[in-house]
Amino acid sequence: MSDVVSRLDVLKTYKLYVGGKFPRSESGRVYEVTDAKGEWLANAPLGTRKDARDAVVAARAAVKGWSGTTAYNRGQVLYRVAEMLQGRREQFAAEVALSEGVGAKKAAALVDAAIDRWVWYAGWTDKVAQIAGGANPVAGPFFNLSTPEPTGVVGIVAPQAGYGHSLLGLVSVIAPAVATGNTVVVAAAADAPLPALSLGEVLATSDVPGGVVNILSGRTADIAPTLASHQDVNALDLTGAIAADGPGAAGGLEALAADTLKRVIRPEPDPFAQDWTNAPGTDRLLSFLETKTVWHPMGI
Amino acid sequence: MSTLAANAPGVAGSGLEDVAASEASLRRFLHGLPGVDQVGLEARAATLGTRSIKTTAKAYAIDLAISMIDLTTLEGADTVGKVRALCTKGRTPDPTDPTTPRVAAICVYPDMVATAKAALRGTDIQVASVATAFPAGRAALPVKLADTADAVAAGADEIDMVIDRGAFLSGRYLDVYNEIVAVKEACRRPDGSYAHLKVIFETGELQTYDNVRRVSWLAMLAGADFIKTSTGKVAVNATPPVTLLMLEAVRDFRAATGVQVGVKPAGGIKTTKDAMKYLVMVNETLGDDWLSPHWFRFGASSLLNDLLMQRQKLTTGRYSGPDYVTVD
Repeated sequence: MSDVVSRLDVLKTYKLYVGGKFPRSESGRVYEVTDAKGEWLANAPLGTRKDARDAVVAARAAVKGWSGTTAYNRGQVLYRVAEMLQGRREQFAAEVALSEGVGAKKAAALVDAAIDRWVWYAGWTDKVAQIAGGANPVAGPFFNLSTPEPTGVVGIVAPQAGYGHSLLGLVSVIAPAVATGNTVVVAAAADAPLPALSLGEVLATSDVPGGVVNILSGRTADIAPTLASHQDVNALDLTGAIAADGPGAAGGLEALAADTLKRVIRPEPDPFAQDWTNAPGTDRLLSFLETKTVWHPMGI
Repeated sequence: MSTLAANAPGVAGSGLEDVAASEASLRRFLHGLPGVDQVGLEARAATLGTRSIKTTAKAYAIDLAISMIDLTTLEGADTVGKVRALCTKGRTPDPTDPTTPRVAAICVYPDMVATAKAALRGTDIQVASVATAFPAGRAALPVKLADTADAVAAGADEIDMVIDRGAFLSGRYLDVYNEIVAVKEACRRPDGSYAHLKVIFETGELQTYDNVRRVSWLAMLAGADFIKTSTGKVAVNATPPVTLLMLEAVRDFRAATGVQVGVKPAGGIKTTKDAMKYLVMVNETLGDDWLSPHWFRFGASSLLNDLLMQRQKLTTGRYSGPDYVTVD
């Protein structure tokens, strides 16, 4: 007879990440998340329109503080995220492997790439002003300087497809937006939200002020139109709006966003073929910026 | 609205005429009021806060709440321009939607009453003025009465007075009573009519629920037309349990005397959800009789913007943002 008592599983309750806290969905509902083969993994909170509204309120409240920090400080905070992610590498590798159905080795490489991407964008925070702004030659005795400023609250529909979408793709859409001083509300990939919800735990322990990044899991068709039509959201990243039609389709969301003149990033023509390990370039970094131009009288 | 005759000090015919005859009789009466069950009160207030109000009921409640607002600016930095802007907002809360109801009143300091009165000419919006050395109430009685008379002379329709908390807490109930009676007299206009008197208790400074019940009865006996929770100037303002307690007091007072008194929670009510909770509380405790701007008011400044944003959400289906309402 064995005297070894088998230990009970400690299952994790995944929660939303809103305003620096981990609330359950306002609806109290959850949905089943399965792995690539259809096996049950965990229950994720079913974020609703109201959760999206609450997240926008939190994101709006965080704009002043986050956009007001120095670029240098923002870089340090983002680097800290990479450090924290590094410490939980194995957990994320396991979640990515299950979510995307890739092998352990590939999953580990994807997590490493995600960590490197945080570092890469952390380095950009105090350099983006040099490439997006500068001195303008004007016909008069003035210094004329343009500097980029953050757009404000960015609604993001996180990637739902493509190699590495669940974590690397997510990081690739969040990091550039927050690096320049925006705050974000993210609708995580509906089928693979676990790495995103775990990323919330990393952000909460990384000196990122509450409300700068807000992560919601749930039906994209619920959350995305709420963000697109919300009058207090300033820009929209539709990378994960891959539905052919219905409320989650990119065309309809763009139409909603047009009512309030939001800046919009459109999805790739073929999101399923996208490889998130490719070098990101500066497009996303420069997408959510407004230009402020100052005229200053020149001395003699 | 209640007339003075029915609401005169002493309240004839109710058996309460002699309550304020002496310090001792007043104390005996107030301390004879039943004690407040704190746990029960807080639980009841919390339960009433869980009601879900949706769709058409919500639309009705939002419009009702807007029409009950005493839109308030009580800052040292108030200017004539700011008061005018606030009055304009009170007249037309949402310029994009003319169906939005007007607020009940504009609440200002006494020196701004004339400005507000002029800006509101031609509307039925009342001008309320705080008085009696608001918010502390620490001034001599003649100063307080002059303050009140000055506001009434400038055209104030309603006077929000503060009680002397120091006197109340040290048990000098008759002083508080006499002061309210004197202020009520100072509300008298030359034509014999009276400005409406709201009595502010500053419940955040009264320490116990028993005190809130006592002071509610004290003010109603002295002839208050409205009882109001707070000045909005201290850490603890209107809370649901305190407001519920005051609602029960006015209910009991009407049962005892036949005189209806209004209630105004003030301070810290910032969201539509908060306002709904108070409306539910009024409806469940007092019923329809009090669900009108004549008998229930919100003392608030930022609440109106949230109500307007919720109203826009109901009409357009889209969440609105602070960019679409005024900055006050």
